Amino acid sequence: MAAPKLEPGAEVPALTVTPDKYVPHRYAGASGDFNPIHIDKEFATAVGLPQNILHGLYSMAQVARAATQAAGGDPRSLKRLSVQFRGMGIPEREIRVTGTVRETRNGRVVLDTVAEQDGNQIIRNAEAELEI
Amino acid sequence: MEAAAGKTYPPFEYEVGREKIREYSNAVGETDSVHHDPEAAREAGFRNVVAPPMFCVVYSAGAMAPAILDPDLAINLMLMVHGGQEFEWGEPVVAGDTITTGVTVKDIYEKNGMKFYVFESESKNQNGDTTVKGTWTNIVRGG
Repeated sequence: MAAPKLEPGAEVPALTVTPDKYVPHRYAGASGDFNPIHIDKEFATAVGLPQNILHGLYSMAQVARAATQAAGGDPRSLKRLSVQFRGMGIPEREIRVTGTVRETRNGRVVLDTVAEQDGNQIIRNAEAELEI
Repeated sequence: MEAAAGKTYPPFEYEVGREKIREYSNAVGETDSVHHDPEAAREAGFRNVVAPPMFCVVYSAGAMAPAILDPDLAINLMLMVHGGQEFEWGEPVVAGDTITTGVTVKDIYEKNGMKFYVFESESKNQNGDTTVKGTWTNIVRGG
C-alpha cells in the first residue's frame, strides 16, 4: 500500500459508496444506535423526515475510510477527524467523499473533506489529519 | 457556561470482541483484511484483528448514554441533532482489549436560538494508553 504524494492543493481519490436499503439496520446492530428515525420509515415520516435516514456516524465512517485510503490504507495513519453534520443522508443514493490537501502541519497532512449525496453536503468542514 | 460544565460521569468499561469488529467493519464497508483476519492483522504489526478508527463510537456509546440522558441536563431528545464530532486517535484498538471511557460536560451554551451541549470523552486501554479522545456536539433546536 504505497502512500500517494500528498502536496498542498492536491485532490485525493474520491470515495463513492451507495448504502443499500438495509445499511441503517446493519449499522444500528453494529453500533447499538437503534433510534427509529434510522430504521423505521413510518416513524421517520411521522416526525417530518422524508424517510428513514442514515446514521451521521455511518457517514463520518465513510469520510474516515476516504481519509485512510488517501494515506495508503493503514488505519494507524488517521490521527484526527473533525466533522460537522448537515443535511440528511439517505439509503440507496450514492455518497461521494472528496478531499483536498490543505497543508502539512507538524509532520501531518491536513485534508479538507466533504461528503455529498445528490449535490447536498451531508458532512461538511471535515478536517482530517494523517500521519504517513 | 452553565453549572453543569465540568460534570463527569462514571467510567464505562467495554471488552472488544473480534466478531464485533468484523460486524462493525462489514456494516461500514471496511474490507481490509486487518479488520477481519488475525493472521493478516499480525503480519501488519497488530496484536490481533484491529478496529477501524471509527469503531470508537461503539466502545464509547455506553459512556455517552448517561450524559445524554442526565436529568440535570434535561436534553430534549426529540429535538436533539448530532451537530458535530471530533476524534483524536492514539493507540490502536484490537480484539481482546478492554477500553474504559470517561465523559465530561465541556460546555453548554445558546446560539441563534439553539442550545449546544458539548461533551468530551477519553478512552484508555487496559495498559492505560489513550485510544481516542472525542468531542461530541449535540444541538437542541429551540432548546
